[in-house]
Amino acid sequence: MADRWSAGVIPYAEMGYWEPDYVPKDTDVLCAFRIQPQEGVPAEEAGAAVAGESSTATWTVVWTDRLTNYEHYQAKCYKVDPVPNAPGTYIAWIAYDIDLFEEGSIANLTSSIIGNVFGFKALKALRLEDMRIPTHYVKTFQGPAHGIVMEREWLNKYGRPLLGATTKPKLGLSARNYGRVVYEALSGGLDFTKDDENINSQPFMRWRDRFLHSMEAVQRAQAETGEIKGHYLNVTAGTMEEMYERAAFAKEIGSIIIMIDLTIGYTAIQSMAKWARANSMILHLHRAGYATWSRQKNHGVNFRVLAKWMRLAGVDHIHAGTVVGKLEGDPNAIRGYYDTLRLNHVAADPVTGIYFDQDWQSMPGVMPVASGGIHAGQAHLLLHHLGEDVVLQFGGGTIGHPSGIAAGAAANRVAVEAVIKARNEGRDFLKEGDDILKQAAKKSRELDVALATWGDISFNYESTDVPDVVETPTNV
Amino acid sequence: MRITQGTFSYLPDFTDDEITKQIQYCLDNEWPLSVEFTDDPHPRNVYWEMWGLPMFDLKDAAGVLLEVNACREAHSEKYIRLNAYDARLGRQTTALQFIVNRPTEEPGFRLDRQEGPDRQIRYTTHAYATERPEGERYRTNGKPDSKANGSK
Repeated sequence: MADRWSAGVIPYAEMGYWEPDYVPKDTDVLCAFRIQPQEGVPAEEAGAAVAGESSTATWTVVWTDRLTNYEHYQAKCYKVDPVPNAPGTYIAWIAYDIDLFEEGSIANLTSSIIGNVFGFKALKALRLEDMRIPTHYVKTFQGPAHGIVMEREWLNKYGRPLLGATTKPKLGLSARNYGRVVYEALSGGLDFTKDDENINSQPFMRWRDRFLHSMEAVQRAQAETGEIKGHYLNVTAGTMEEMYERAAFAKEIGSIIIMIDLTIGYTAIQSMAKWARANSMILHLHRAGYATWSRQKNHGVNFRVLAKWMRLAGVDHIHAGTVVGKLEGDPNAIRGYYDTLRLNHVAADPVTGIYFDQDWQSMPGVMPVASGGIHAGQAHLLLHHLGEDVVLQFGGGTIGHPSGIAAGAAANRVAVEAVIKARNEGRDFLKEGDDILKQAAKKSRELDVALATWGDISFNYESTDVPDVVETPTNV
Repeated sequence: MRITQGTFSYLPDFTDDEITKQIQYCLDNEWPLSVEFTDDPHPRNVYWEMWGLPMFDLKDAAGVLLEVNACREAHSEKYIRLNAYDARLGRQTTALQFIVNRPTEEPGFRLDRQEGPDRQIRYTTHAYATERPEGERYRTNGKPDSKANGSK
């Protein structure tokens, strides 16, 4: 072995970034990376390179390392496992000392761990599959502005999924017409309506006009039903100052909920989460753009990692997949995402793609949102896959109802209540789902029409990404 | 109008048998039940009157239904809801809540608007029922609710 301190280039594995005997500490941040080394690069060296480049290393030996207690700051790759049925692909397990990270900063955590290594030439591809956040670090974050329990108590809604819809068409409606959609959907039976991610403040509808008309619709629907209603007012804008201005106006006119897009960035999200807690506003996050770097199996960051970051950052809602809708999502992987968002303790489970035990130490849960190509005829499947603490968003499945938006909303509400009732009565609601819905439709013309319109629609495509570190079938 | 608070307001009103099945589900989950009633169904009226304490130790669905029916008898012209409570760490909140009794007529709400500057409006949701004093808010056959004033 070359002298560790000779000038020049030596393998990362020989610089201390490969430590197969290392026992991770309870305080370490742990990462599982999926790596594909270039031909001729041993897996251990590739794992060590990732550890090095995401912590202290540069490409050559530097004497200034000797001014530090460098072993403390070096990330350590402590294990590499080949992935079954995927030659040339490995899972590299890497431990980072907690001292590498600034308290309460997603920006710092991510700059360290995904900041530099993803373009690294020695690897063909690299994906961050999962991350264990030690509770010591969890406790430095605010967490959800309110969380699932507080949200339910504020809305006074229990025991069933919440129901929502995104206003459609996404673009072009005037503020007055937009509010009409909100009113019809909420008075018909939904709990929430939503701005879409790209509705901000365009020439066809400026934000203030949209906010005023939406609140008229929300208040009318509340008086019509005697229930709390909300419309996610999207405050996403080009600067923090504009976002704060819009959020403050949403508060002034009585909204209970605002929304932001993932595109605003991690620091902006953390700022808005602090604002939301200080101003009693539920905070919805639309994961706009996430699939650009989370969908492909061999490169990027798995959504379960983003889910953890967003729970720490402090949002109350996040879109997390539908299983049965139009957007990508393997059922077991999605179960893993939902567990990560909702549970206090999540155990490692290769079937759901969870690599590490994660303890949230009573940090409130984030309400997952299922949105995209779902309809009333799937109510039993949605309850089976996603459970009760979820917002089911039927956009087209509300607004596209042949008898009108309010009828579409009522159909969704009847379907969900009927399936919950049947489950609670001890029926096999998954197997008998079609029958349960048909029986409920006898008492609800709206549901009857919805089932006739969409009853057979499903989106059955192969997922591009399924958990694979154990050889387990992941079919529904 | 029909107030749609609660888990099952979009389904036809439950029979005693259907209510019993829901109670059994709650008991199977170790969620104690409680009964509450009100004559002010404003969506922000969180604290309905308690029909006794939550039934922490009552594990028999028929017994819970007896309490529901006793409350119905005393407050037939009020809203009555059944709550199940989940005391587990991480929840410590209501698990299920549904209306089991409604007044014959549900007058609903008026939306009052106070017009302010730059097109802003202050909204107030006004329950018509609360125009009368507590205990006299719902009438059948011209008579006030027989056992008024909110007590058992």
